[in-house]
Amino acid sequence: MAIHLNKDTKVLVQGFTGQIGTFHSTDMINYGTNIVGGVTPGKGGTKHLDKPVFNTVKEAVEGTGADASIIFVPPPFAADSIMEAADAGIRFCVAITDGIPAQDMIRVKRYMRRYKKEERMILTGPNCAGSISPGKCMMGIMPGHIYTEGNVGIVGRSGTLGYEAADQMRSVGIGVSSSIGIGGDPINGSSFKDHLMAFEEDPETKAVIIIGEIGGPQEVEAAQWAKDNMSKPLVGYIAGLTAPKGRRMGHAGAIISAVGESAAEKVEILQECGATVVPNPSAFAEVMSEVMAKVG
Amino acid sequence: MDIHEYQAKEILSDYGVPIGPGGLAYSPEQAAYRAQEIGGDVWVVKAQIHSGARGKAGGVKVCKSPEEVSKAAEDMLGKKLVTHQTGPDGKICHRLYIEAGSNIDREIYLAFVLDRAKESVTVVASAEGGMEIEQLAVEKPESIVKVAVEPAVGMQPFQAREIAFGLGLDKSQINQAVTTLLGCYRAMRDLDATMVEINPLVVTKEGNIIAVDAKMGFDDNALFRHSNISELRDKSQEDQREMRAADRGLSYVGLDGNIGCIINGAGLAMASMDMIMHAGGEPANFLDIGGGASPERTTKAFNLVLSDDNVECILVNIFAGINRCDWIAEGVVQAVKSIDLKVPLVVRLSGTNVEQGRKILADSGLPIIMADTLKEAADKAVAAWKEATGKS
Repeated sequence: MAIHLNKDTKVLVQGFTGQIGTFHSTDMINYGTNIVGGVTPGKGGTKHLDKPVFNTVKEAVEGTGADASIIFVPPPFAADSIMEAADAGIRFCVAITDGIPAQDMIRVKRYMRRYKKEERMILTGPNCAGSISPGKCMMGIMPGHIYTEGNVGIVGRSGTLGYEAADQMRSVGIGVSSSIGIGGDPINGSSFKDHLMAFEEDPETKAVIIIGEIGGPQEVEAAQWAKDNMSKPLVGYIAGLTAPKGRRMGHAGAIISAVGESAAEKVEILQECGATVVPNPSAFAEVMSEVMAKVG
Repeated sequence: MDIHEYQAKEILSDYGVPIGPGGLAYSPEQAAYRAQEIGGDVWVVKAQIHSGARGKAGGVKVCKSPEEVSKAAEDMLGKKLVTHQTGPDGKICHRLYIEAGSNIDREIYLAFVLDRAKESVTVVASAEGGMEIEQLAVEKPESIVKVAVEPAVGMQPFQAREIAFGLGLDKSQINQAVTTLLGCYRAMRDLDATMVEINPLVVTKEGNIIAVDAKMGFDDNALFRHSNISELRDKSQEDQREMRAADRGLSYVGLDGNIGCIINGAGLAMASMDMIMHAGGEPANFLDIGGGASPERTTKAFNLVLSDDNVECILVNIFAGINRCDWIAEGVVQAVKSIDLKVPLVVRLSGTNVEQGRKILADSGLPIIMADTLKEAADKAVAAWKEATGKS
């Protein structure tokens, strides 16, 4: 099972023929991802990495039956590419691009509301490392080999911190059903809560870990939803205990600008909502082992 | 990116927001000349630094004569003003804004922010102006009005009217208030601002509305389409190290500790800093070296971290995805050789090509302390720092 991406997911690459798109497409194909083609306006009709290239996402969907897309388009044009994917009937989209203006993302989110909820594209990112269902499908820029198949669902903002968590879990034999990157931007495609809802429905997932950080309301929103609606155990880690208020820590969204956005405050709310908190970033394996021992 | 009050006022004025007569000055003489040019008998001399709460730091002075204006200007120019927003180092004042004094009847708080929960621009207003919003939220939360703007159509006049009437303004002032509100919104939308704050928006005894202070922040990611805004950047107001880092494509935030950090990825960087604290140390900085960490970039990162005199130990933590450990290791070896490193260095590599990377470090003959895990890296860094400095 896993969520969002699977063995039969047909993946398009938007920004396929550029340097970055080419590099990561090659990596994804080697991993076993079913990349069916790509989109680069003006290069339609050609082939790249042995896959067909299309001018528009609509043509690509018609030509290949693609249901997912990954976006490597540069920031000034990325919001447009996301909306194009949403309009062409793509079901799951990963936006890797870092540096999309926040107001472009506000408009993207508003635009996507024109589609009925059941038909609306699930957007992850921007500014994320992508998502992976180990052994089935990788849509992202992560080192695929650190993820083993298993029963833990991961939702996280950061790429490398997610790798760290997955790697620690692998070292004690804990595998992953799907790992979803939601990215470090202030306005993102989907939230922790959106993916908790999907993991709750996924029979293969037995427990879920959210890897959050300072800034924004989404970690707290997820924990509050889980408290009343989730049957599976929820584990959480929040990075940035040492981060000062009002300073942006790398990610555009990692800034404490309101009450409740510091790591300490988020940890407290997670605990109040019944989540198991990973006390420090070297304890992912230990905490997940305990949680998985209980769910069997 | 932040800009100065006078720049924000110029922009907002173009969008119809009423501001009082005023002018810029770089010297006491110019300040006195501006006062005479503006006319009247009361002026306010305002230090142009990128910070709020300037009043308490001596950055705002009401003057009754051009001589007083000149004296106030002399006191402020070249001074470092320390407010609770600038940090202990303060910010230096190179420019002054001289403005006609207003006959204040009431003060209103008005701000436009990017609302992450609602994913929209949200207007925040309060009839209790003059106070900071954090203070208002604690002391008079009932006075705060919030209205989210629908992004597809933008702010509508009825929303502006609702806010204006909600603030208890007189019907003769409603049109002016509506123009102000709609103007701020359009400026925010057109220019990709992340924040517009007018505190206070004043109602004068004569019944006019005037933006007495103005603050704007802009989305760095959108500056590529606003070259006119990029030009307003004042580098003297930015942390010099952070600015140099940004110019080199590195993301750096200086902190108060002693253990310098070079890490890839913002999340892992924050987590590593937390781990240092957990191990009993304090991080000296946040530094995300980013995806393509070439040897040149790594050397730049070392130089940057070491430009902080408080750094007494360095921790490098790389989880290579796009990066390759062997590449990073070569960069570390080159950097250490070229800069004659005098503080202990702990390196933890993980991910792609980790074995090759570790071998390069081991074969280099340099006194690099190696660590396998995040915990080991933080423990060893704190231990090495204690040993090297005798501190605990």
